[in-house]
Amino acid sequence: MNAKYNPALFWFAVLNAFVTFLLIGLGGLVTSHEAGMSVPDWPNTFGYNMFLFPVDKWVGGIFYEHSHRLLATVVGFLTTVLAIWLSLKDSRKWMHWLGVAAFLLVILQGILGGLRVRWSLNWLGVPHGAVAQTFLVLTCAIALFLSRWWQNSATQKQMAVPRGLRSHVLYLTILIFVQLLIAATMRHQHAGLAIWDFPAAHGQLWPATTPEAIADYNAHRPAGMIGNSITAFQVNLQMVHRLVAYLIFLGVAAVPFMARKRLGGADGLTKFGWFWLVLMALQIALGAATVLSNKAADIATGHVMVGALALLTGALWWLVAVRRTKVAG
Amino acid sequence: MNKFLFIAASALLSLGISAMAGDLTGTVTFKGTPPAEKSFADAMQADPNCTALYAAGKFPTTQWYVVSASGGLADVVVSIKGLPAASGAAAAPAVLDQKGCLYTPSILAVQAGQKVIVKNSDSCVHNIHTVPKENEMKNMVQMPGGPDLEFVFDKPEPFLKFQCDVHPWMFAWVSVQENQYFALSGKDGKFTIKNVPAGKYTVQFAHRKLGTQTAEVEIKDGAVTQDIAFEAK
Repeated sequence: MNAKYNPALFWFAVLNAFVTFLLIGLGGLVTSHEAGMSVPDWPNTFGYNMFLFPVDKWVGGIFYEHSHRLLATVVGFLTTVLAIWLSLKDSRKWMHWLGVAAFLLVILQGILGGLRVRWSLNWLGVPHGAVAQTFLVLTCAIALFLSRWWQNSATQKQMAVPRGLRSHVLYLTILIFVQLLIAATMRHQHAGLAIWDFPAAHGQLWPATTPEAIADYNAHRPAGMIGNSITAFQVNLQMVHRLVAYLIFLGVAAVPFMARKRLGGADGLTKFGWFWLVLMALQIALGAATVLSNKAADIATGHVMVGALALLTGALWWLVAVRRTKVAG
Repeated sequence: MNKFLFIAASALLSLGISAMAGDLTGTVTFKGTPPAEKSFADAMQADPNCTALYAAGKFPTTQWYVVSASGGLADVVVSIKGLPAASGAAAAPAVLDQKGCLYTPSILAVQAGQKVIVKNSDSCVHNIHTVPKENEMKNMVQMPGGPDLEFVFDKPEPFLKFQCDVHPWMFAWVSVQENQYFALSGKDGKFTIKNVPAGKYTVQFAHRKLGTQTAEVEIKDGAVTQDIAFEAK
């Protein structure tokens, strides 16, 4: 048992994180295609053992839901192996517990997904989405803790990251997580778009939500919107999502400039900050495209995946900053 | 003797009641140009079993606005409000078929308590997922050639959605009515509600896309006509 860099374990953790990211994308496709209920039973698939469900029956919504379930079992398997591997080969006790936490979280996530289908509860899709994002951050954090940089960082000279900058990134990351919860709540309303123009909202700065206005929006929904009628809550929720998005963008835009001033332009965290800003610009463009394309499934799913990357970038930035500061003393 | 008098009185009373009932008829029309329907051609590519059923360029579309050459508007639920409800359990079951990867019909009206039989005439699997606001939600599998499924809704609601999540373009709406005095306008826009007890009532006309209108009618012996017109919003 040692805490030295173990390339096999590290790359296995990276693989687990990567497959988890793909799983979030596939989960996004399930919701974007409104396919979550296309396989009404669980853990079986139309009465078949899920691993024996004939491939020629993977059609329509079944394709997305069934492949999501299969990939989820792959992640479950990888996470189980990772937890065992960590307990056997990593000398850090807290890493054992992180492995156990990942294992428990992936079990919880599977059960949440199954119950969402079995109990037909739309709202369970929200915690299912939240746990997915949390799990992704956890798997990536495990990979970071197993990385050569992390394990060697204690013996190398590190530049501390000022507390103000660290706090700024931490709060932004928390805000992104809240934003993802808002987004998951929007997506699991299964009501189509509550506002279908951008940057205006129903032609206004902040759309009216009187009963008359809502009735008017419903009467004038663009052709092809076949979800449930929209409500004032959904209109307000999308407006909050837009406002929080602008706030996050401004906050993230400040990070590379703050980092350049405090750490220098060549510092890894400054470069990572620029990457984060590019991600956020892409995310806002995808958000606008989601609205203007009437929630095209591939674009909406891209929005989900870049959102997950944005959360992950903030979390990893903060973890690296904390590590550097601690080592620098 | 008493028994004879009772039967005679009952017979006279029932004759009297039927004499005091009338039919409500009318025509629902659509003014203006109906909005364009959306083709399912792209959506259906998700399942080769469905695309195989249609020739190129012959894919079905949404059927929100079924308007006849003379302007008659189909699929409007016409109902009389405020009449006491008899149980719908005795009414003949209504049938909703899945054929050509579509629900047929796409709009249905039943009375609370009346059975809805769902068939699968397709050669592919469907899931029948009801999305009610008042009644219990159900999500069931129906394999090709599988037995019919039965649904009963106890509580009235204007439009209860049936959807297939395997084929996300497949929708049907079942209007669950509080009493037996309702009808669905036909392809020519005409409707008839028979044997309505005499009296003054509010009649509701509900279209899934065009909203709801009401009219006040007085039912007398014979047929009473009440037409209504919807306009594009």
